[in-house]
Amino acid sequence: MTRIRKLILRRLVGAVPVLAIVIVGGFFLLEAAPGDAVDAYVVSIGGDAKMIEELRQSWGLNQSALARLGFYLWSLVHLDLGQSVSFSRPVLDVVLERLPNTLLLMGSATALSFSLGSLLGLFAGSRPGNLRDRLLSIGSLALYAVPGFWLGLVLTVVFAVQLRWLPVSGMETIASGKQGLERALDIARHLVLPVASLGFIYLALYLRVMRAGMAEAWRMDFVLAARARGVPRRRIAIRHVARNALLPLVTMLGLQSAAMLGGSVVIESLFSVPGLGRLAQEAVSARDTPLLLGIILVSAVLVILINLVVDCLYAALDPRVGASEAAA
Amino acid sequence: MRGIDLSLGAGERVAVIGESGSGKSSLALAVAGLLPREATGEGIIRWPGLAEPPRNGKDVGFVFQDPGGTLDPVMSVGAQVAEVAEVNLGLSRRRAVALAVELFERVRLPGALLKSYPHQLSGGQRQRVGIAAAIAAGPALLIADEPTSALDTIVQAEIVRLIDRLVRETGMALLIVSHDIALAATVADRIVVLKDGAVVEAGETAEIVARPKADYTRALLAACLTLDGSAGVLEGRA
Amino acid sequence: MNAARFFRSPEAVAGMVILAALAAMALLAPALFPADPLSIAGPPLTQPFQDWAHPLGTDRLGRDVLAGLFHGARTSLAVGLAAAAAAIVIGSMVGTAAGFAGGWTDEVLMRITDAFQTVPAFLLALAFVSVVGPSLTTVVAAIALGAWTGPARIARAEILSLRERDFVAGARVVGMHPVEIALREVLPNALPPVLALSSVIVAGAVLIEASLSFLGLGDPNRVTWGGMIAEGRTVLRSAPFLSIIPGIALVLSVLGVYLTGEGIVEASAARRSLS
Repeated sequence: MTRIRKLILRRLVGAVPVLAIVIVGGFFLLEAAPGDAVDAYVVSIGGDAKMIEELRQSWGLNQSALARLGFYLWSLVHLDLGQSVSFSRPVLDVVLERLPNTLLLMGSATALSFSLGSLLGLFAGSRPGNLRDRLLSIGSLALYAVPGFWLGLVLTVVFAVQLRWLPVSGMETIASGKQGLERALDIARHLVLPVASLGFIYLALYLRVMRAGMAEAWRMDFVLAARARGVPRRRIAIRHVARNALLPLVTMLGLQSAAMLGGSVVIESLFSVPGLGRLAQEAVSARDTPLLLGIILVSAVLVILINLVVDCLYAALDPRVGASEAAA
Repeated sequence: MRGIDLSLGAGERVAVIGESGSGKSSLALAVAGLLPREATGEGIIRWPGLAEPPRNGKDVGFVFQDPGGTLDPVMSVGAQVAEVAEVNLGLSRRRAVALAVELFERVRLPGALLKSYPHQLSGGQRQRVGIAAAIAAGPALLIADEPTSALDTIVQAEIVRLIDRLVRETGMALLIVSHDIALAATVADRIVVLKDGAVVEAGETAEIVARPKADYTRALLAACLTLDGSAGVLEGRA
Repeated sequence: MNAARFFRSPEAVAGMVILAALAAMALLAPALFPADPLSIAGPPLTQPFQDWAHPLGTDRLGRDVLAGLFHGARTSLAVGLAAAAAAIVIGSMVGTAAGFAGGWTDEVLMRITDAFQTVPAFLLALAFVSVVGPSLTTVVAAIALGAWTGPARIARAEILSLRERDFVAGARVVGMHPVEIALREVLPNALPPVLALSSVIVAGAVLIEASLSFLGLGDPNRVTWGGMIAEGRTVLRSAPFLSIIPGIALVLSVLGVYLTGEGIVEASAARRSLS
């Protein structure tokens, strides 16, 4: 698979300047915040003027902004994202602790929206223009207009407050002592509502892209040719039309990763899921600048990595990708 | 298109000749029942000896003008040929693939190309795949709609020779649609000349090439005779 | 755009009706509800349809829900339109500059665009508002910051295909200044596809504003639907209507924007295919 290896290399090289811009841009944005990390630290911990001065000295905050950027970059090279003031722990540790929960939430929501969305899109697009297609299209548009946090609240009212089927918030039952499979099921029960709130919104998007792709693929010559070769309509719909329409959907998977990461901030805050998104909200309310910068940085890396995986997936599904370069 | 009366016996090879816009491709699509729904047409197609109308793929094979666009870009060419055998002959996947290997040999394609995708093949190779798919289920009639006009000259001759050989080997009937009377003459027993959707002249190939009655046919022949290679082909047949 | 075709689509007409209602609510809010919607208007937690002085009830502090809804429409509409306009203006300018200048300028501008697309837009807005402090302008700027990349990419692609066309070459021959060519000849031609994106941007802006307000990062001196939903959340068990009513308003507004936008795009596409 030299085709895919070349693709990965090119993407990684391309990511370097992008990440550099994110770091520098994020640094100067948060630099503009009123008060610095020491102020925030003193507000949460307390301390006198002398201690403040010493802290500024030891954190290098009395140097110029440029010097501090240089220091920050140098630390980054050593995978040191600085110290979180509200947690009094290294930023990277806090972030990595929360990351798996967000990945679980995002992964489940993506799986839900992608599978259900493409399936419904396949139904809508197998006979474009009929009533089923029209209803699904309008329904998906309505769904796409729903803010995730509000959907989450409505689902909470129905399933957690009224029916009491599901827990209102949290990642798992606290101090339940559950282990293994029992614990996994407990977490799954807690994640049903957040995953549904996050996933249902994007379902509409996948549905629409799939539908449009199917409608376009039906007009291709190879569909006519498949009919001439005696391939039944159902089989054409699934093996040729849907298969070709799936490709733009895979691209969406990468493009949506950033939006979903942003959406998880609200959903995690709403359902008290201890993930990266809720951490961002906590960092904002605690004025924890180093932590917020770290989260932005890790999110950017995450988005780049997800897009890299998606690109490889796409290349595996579409034999034409990178073919011209391989030939050259 | 109007008043076209065309009969085709078992194993017979007929060429429909005409310039672009003469309606010859529409005729080919109509015979196979592949015209778009918006197109209106009136006509009777009888298939003596068949209890029910022929099925595309199984009874009628179709070779298209554009071998690139008529192959699924994300499915390997071997799988596409095997698919035709699978759905029309009710073969298992494994036996259909085995048949595809055999079909590749018959259309003189290296077996190594079975796993390739359409974009990796040359135009001529793609058309060979298209032909392999068309004959996969052993149809009694092969319809070829301008099978060579998207290819360059040398490849054109190879594809025509291939179609000619396959038709002879299997004894299937051939309906070839072309703007090139010289090419048609090499494979067809009879020629039908179309102009503006109507038949200008029809008859035995030798007869038409040697003694064309209509001016239009004469003009088509003259256009060919000025080309050296094609003239040789014509004289060989006539 | 083909107006007749637009009005033949029931979806597009429904979208227009919703948007017209939204605009009417926004414009009439000060006339119908002159009192500050943040002030206490009656007994707290009145259920909807009980007291006709407060048709949609009151919240935990006794503020009128209907008044909040009308004034919230003002905020949503203002933020949505302003942020989308800012994003489209910034985006088309960056895209035009990149596409027209080419070379290093293009490279640098596109890497910056990449960087903005790599950071989740909502996270960026969150960080921006937390740094600058919540106000209407900040929220607009924060949303535009994450939304200009789409228009920039489309504008650039359009410029790249347009700049080789005849009328641009003609303008060069006549001796027009490159900036003048870019602004007077190329940009107006590149705008339609960018504007086709505007409904999605407005809708996205309304949703992000609601999310920010929901997290308490909206303008504290204004009523917002997101803020109302957050406020109602504290009494979700006893008075779910406080969260549900503004949410419905939000969904209808965004849907109205989508439907209208889709109707416009389809009506103009139909004209293009006819001509």
